[in-house]
Amino acid sequence: MSRALLDTLMTAPYVARFGVRLEIKGTELTGVLPFDNDLVGNPLIPALHGGAVGAFLEIVASGSLLLSQPLQKLPKPIDVAIDYLRPARAQDVYARAIVARSGRRVANVRAEAWQGRTDAPVATLHGHFLITPESSEPGSDAR
Amino acid sequence: MDDDIQHRLDTVASLIVDGSPHAVALGFRIDRLTPGTAAMSAPYSEALIGDPETGTLHGGVITALLDHVCGMAAFGGLGAKDTPATLDLRIDYMRPARPGLDIHAEAECLKSHGLVAFVRATAHDGDIDDPVAIAQAAFMITRASKAAQERAMKAMRGEHPL
Repeated sequence: MSRALLDTLMTAPYVARFGVRLEIKGTELTGVLPFDNDLVGNPLIPALHGGAVGAFLEIVASGSLLLSQPLQKLPKPIDVAIDYLRPARAQDVYARAIVARSGRRVANVRAEAWQGRTDAPVATLHGHFLITPESSEPGSDAR
Repeated sequence: MDDDIQHRLDTVASLIVDGSPHAVALGFRIDRLTPGTAAMSAPYSEALIGDPETGTLHGGVITALLDHVCGMAAFGGLGAKDTPATLDLRIDYMRPARPGLDIHAEAECLKSHGLVAFVRATAHDGDIDDPVAIAQAAFMITRASKAAQERAMKAMRGEHPL
C-alpha cells in the first residue's frame, strides 16, 4: 500500500472539490462520488456528466493501484476507454476496480461504476497506467 | 440544410455550457460550433489541480472537456435536434498538460447516420500539433435523451413546466 500517495491522490484540489471518497476495508476499495448538482451534465434527464463519471472511475482505478502495492509516484493514465451503459442519475455513484495486471512499468486496470444495483453498472473503464513500483526486482516482470 | 443546422446551433450555443452545471463548474467556454465540428476550452484553475506536486490539471477536467466537445460535434453532426448520449469514449493521454495553461479541445464528427455519430477530438495547451490528449467517441440519440429534449421543447413553448 502507498498510504502517503493515497492521501496525495485524495487531497488533490480537483478530487476534494467533487467530494470523492475512498472506503477501504482490508484489501478492498470502494469509491464514492456523492451526488452534487455541479456533477450534472444534462439537467433535462437529469444525468451526471460523462466526464465526471469517467474521472471518478480514473480516481478509483488509481486508488486501487496505490492500495495494491507500494509505488513511488501517483499512477499516470496512458489510455482509458470508458463505456457508458446507462444514464448516471442524480444520485451517489459507487465504483470498484480490479488490477488485471501490474508489471514494472505499466498496469492494466478495469473499473465499474454503479448506482442503485451493483448488477446494473452505469459505466465501465478499462485503462493502462504508467506506474513506478518501489521495489522493482529484476526479473519480477515478464514483460 | 447546413444553414438551418447552423441557425439551430447558434440558437442553442449559449445553453451548451450554461445549461450543463458540470461544464459551468469546470469553467468551460465554447469557442466554435458548426454542423459537425466544435471547439471548447477549459481555463487553468488551481482549484482543479490533479497532482499538487506538478500543478497539472486533473485528468478529469480533460476527460469532461473531451466528452463535452465530442458531444457538441455529434449534436451538430446529427442535425442539432436531439442531444446524443455518449456510448463510449477512448482517451489517449499523450503528455501532461503544462501548469498555468488553458486546455483547448477541437472535435470533428467523422460520420453520422440515423441515431449514431462517430467523433474524434484533440486536446492541447496552445499547439494543436503537440496534443495533450486525443479522443475517439461514439454517440447515440437514446430514448432518455429524446424524451428530455421533447420536455425541453414543450417547456420552451410554454406548454408544460420542466
